[in-house]
Amino acid sequence: MDNAATNNQETFVLNVGPQHPATHGVLRLKLTLDGEYVVRAEPVLGYIHRMHEKMGENRTWAQFMPNTGRMDYLSALSYNHGYAAAVERAMGITVPERAEYLRVITVELNRISSHLVWFGAYLLDLGGFTPLLYAFDDREKILNLLESVTGSRLTYCYFRFGGVYNDIDENFVDGVKEFIKTMRRSLPMYHNLVSKNIILLKRLKDIGPISRETIRKYGATGPVARGSGVDYDVRKNEPYSVYPEFDFEVPVYHEGDSMARYMVRMDEIEQSMRIIEQALDKLPAGPVMAAKTPRIIKPPKGDYYQAVEAARGSFGVRIVSDGTNTAYRLKLRSPSFSNLSLFSAVSEGMLLADALALLGSLDLVIPEIDR
Amino acid sequence: MDSELIRVIAFLVGIIAFAALNAAYLVWLERKGAAHIQRRIGPKEVGPFGLLQPMVDGIKLMTKQILIPDGVDPVLFRLAPILAMVPAIMSFVTIPFSETLVARNINVGLLMIFAFASVNVLALLLGGWASNNKYAVISAARAVSQNIAYEIPMLITVITMVMITGTLNLNEIVAQQPNISQWYIFRFSASPLMPVAFLIFFICSLAETNRAPFDLGEAESELVAGFHTEYSSMGFGLFFMGEYANIVIGCSLAVVLFLGGWQDPFGLYPGVWWFLLKLYLLIFTVIWIRWTFPRTQFYGLLNLSWKILIPVSMFNLLLTAGFLKVF
Repeated sequence: MDNAATNNQETFVLNVGPQHPATHGVLRLKLTLDGEYVVRAEPVLGYIHRMHEKMGENRTWAQFMPNTGRMDYLSALSYNHGYAAAVERAMGITVPERAEYLRVITVELNRISSHLVWFGAYLLDLGGFTPLLYAFDDREKILNLLESVTGSRLTYCYFRFGGVYNDIDENFVDGVKEFIKTMRRSLPMYHNLVSKNIILLKRLKDIGPISRETIRKYGATGPVARGSGVDYDVRKNEPYSVYPEFDFEVPVYHEGDSMARYMVRMDEIEQSMRIIEQALDKLPAGPVMAAKTPRIIKPPKGDYYQAVEAARGSFGVRIVSDGTNTAYRLKLRSPSFSNLSLFSAVSEGMLLADALALLGSLDLVIPEIDR
Repeated sequence: MDSELIRVIAFLVGIIAFAALNAAYLVWLERKGAAHIQRRIGPKEVGPFGLLQPMVDGIKLMTKQILIPDGVDPVLFRLAPILAMVPAIMSFVTIPFSETLVARNINVGLLMIFAFASVNVLALLLGGWASNNKYAVISAARAVSQNIAYEIPMLITVITMVMITGTLNLNEIVAQQPNISQWYIFRFSASPLMPVAFLIFFICSLAETNRAPFDLGEAESELVAGFHTEYSSMGFGLFFMGEYANIVIGCSLAVVLFLGGWQDPFGLYPGVWWFLLKLYLLIFTVIWIRWTFPRTQFYGLLNLSWKILIPVSMFNLLLTAGFLKVF
C-alpha cells in the first residue's frame, strides 16, 4: 500500500455519490483507488446544507421546533427532545412526569424504528435484499403507533416546551405491547437468519476496526463508539429526563469491527423495548403539559447546553440567548458528522467493498451531517 | 428442401425461442419468487398473475433509445451485448432435452459448451472496457478474475466426470443413468465424493454466471450496475437475457451430468418433461439462493475457489482415478 500511495500514476479517483446507491443520500465520497484498494477517502459534504443553525437565529424558539425533526429524519423525536430540553433548561420549566414518560416511550420507539431502517439498509449494502422488507414490516407498526399520537410518520414535531402535544390512549398502550411481543419474535429470527449467516460474518468480522483512540480523536459517539469499547451513553453518563428511573443496560462490544457495531444496534433494540415496557408499567397519571409555561418563550440571557442520546449518538444543543424571542446563536452538535469524520482515517488501505461496508456500519443520515 | 435443412432451421428457431422465452419468464419467476420470499405479491397487474409482464418489459426495452455515450469504443460497445447472448444460445445446440430432441448430437458436446461458455466472460470484459466508465472497468476486472478462478474447479470436476463416463457426448452420458440409483450424483461406486462433486459444479456454475451470492460484477451498492452501467435499451436487455440463458445452460449441464437428464428416476417414463422438471427445480434453487444470502466479499470468493474448491476437486479427481484403476 505504501508504494501505491506514493506512486500517483497507479491510482485513479472514483466518485461515489452524490447520486449512488451506497451512500443513502447526497453524500459524496472522493475515493482515490489503487486497483480496488482505497488509498485516500475524502467525504465531500454540503449537498443538503439548509442552514438550520442560522434559521434558529431568525425564527422564534417555538418556530424552530419543526426544523429539529428534519435533521435526522430517522430519529426525529430525539432531536425534538434535545431542543425542547435545552430550551426548558434555559427557561427553568419543569416538565410533568407523565410527559417525561411519554417522551421516553416515543423516543425509544423511534430509536427502534431507526435501528430497523439501518438494519435493512445495511444488509442492502451488503447485497442481501430480503431483510429490508422484513425490517420495514416491523418498522411500519412503529410508524402507525407514532402516527396515532404525534400525527406524523417521519418528521415528528411532537414535543412542546413544557411537555408533549398530545396524550396517549389505551389503543396506543395496547399497540405498543403488541408490537413488543412481535418484535421479540422477529429479533431472534433476524439473529438466526442474518447475524449467524456465514457470508455476513465473513464480511463484517474484523472489517473496519476502529480503535478507542480513533473514537476519542474524532469525538465519535453512539453505537459507533460503543462498538469500540467506549462505554458512553448520554442516557447513563449525563442522565436527563426520567432515564435514571429505568433499569437498562448499555450494550458495549470491544472488537471495534463492523460486526461489533452491528451487534450494538441489535442489542439496543432489545434494551429500548425494556425501557418502553418499564415506562408503560410505571406510567403516572396527570397532565402532559406544564401548567405555567409562558406563552412567549424568552429564555434569560445566558449560555445553555443539553445533550441527548439520539439513535446515532450524542446530539447536543447549545443555546446562546440574549433574552429576546429568537436565539442569539444556536449550535447543534450532531453525531453523524463526528462519526463520518473518522471514515477517511479508518478506510485507508481497505478494499472498496469493505470500505463501503464500514461506511454503512457508521449509520449516517446525511441531512443531519450537513444541517 | 432436404429434411436435414428443415431440421436445422426448426431447431434454430426453437432454440432461440426457448432461450428468449426462458430469459423472459425466468425474470417473471425471479420476481415472483423474490416477492414471496419477501412477503410481497410481486407482479400482478399485467395479465393473470402478471404473466404478461415480461412481454411488456420486452416491448419497453425494445422501444427505448440505444444511447452510445461519448468516449466509448463504438465497435466493442455494440459487440459486447451480442457476444453475451450468442454463445449462450449456441450452447443449447448440444443439450439433450430428450433422447431425440437434441439439435446436434455431437461427440464433443461437453467440450463445445465449455468453449462457448468461456466466450461469455469476454463479453463482460469488452462491455466493461468499452464503456469508458470506471465502475464498469472495475466490474469487468472482477468478473474476469472470478470466472478464471471458478472455471478451474469446474473443469476439474468435469474431467472427473469424463473419466467416469468415458464420453463427451451428452446424450450418452444421460443414457448411462437410467434410474435414480445410477444417477451420477449418487454413483458412489465411481467415487464416494460424487455429491460433493455436484455441489462444486453447482457453486461454480453460480459463480460463472455471476449470480448471487457471487454477483460481484454488478454489486449495485458498490459499482452501481457494474459492466452494464452505460447500457440502455436492448443493449442492457441482451446482457440480461444472456445472464438468464447462462443460468439455464449451467443448470441443464448439472441435470445432464449428475441428475440423469431426461431419464425417469424410476426408469418408467423417460422424456423431456423429466428434464424440464429437474431443470426448473435447480433454477428455482438458484433464485432462492439469490434472495436469501448477502453478497460475498471478493477475496472471500477467491479464497473459496483456490483454498477449498480446487483442492477438493483435485482430491476427487485423484480418488476417482484410483477407483477406476482398482475396480
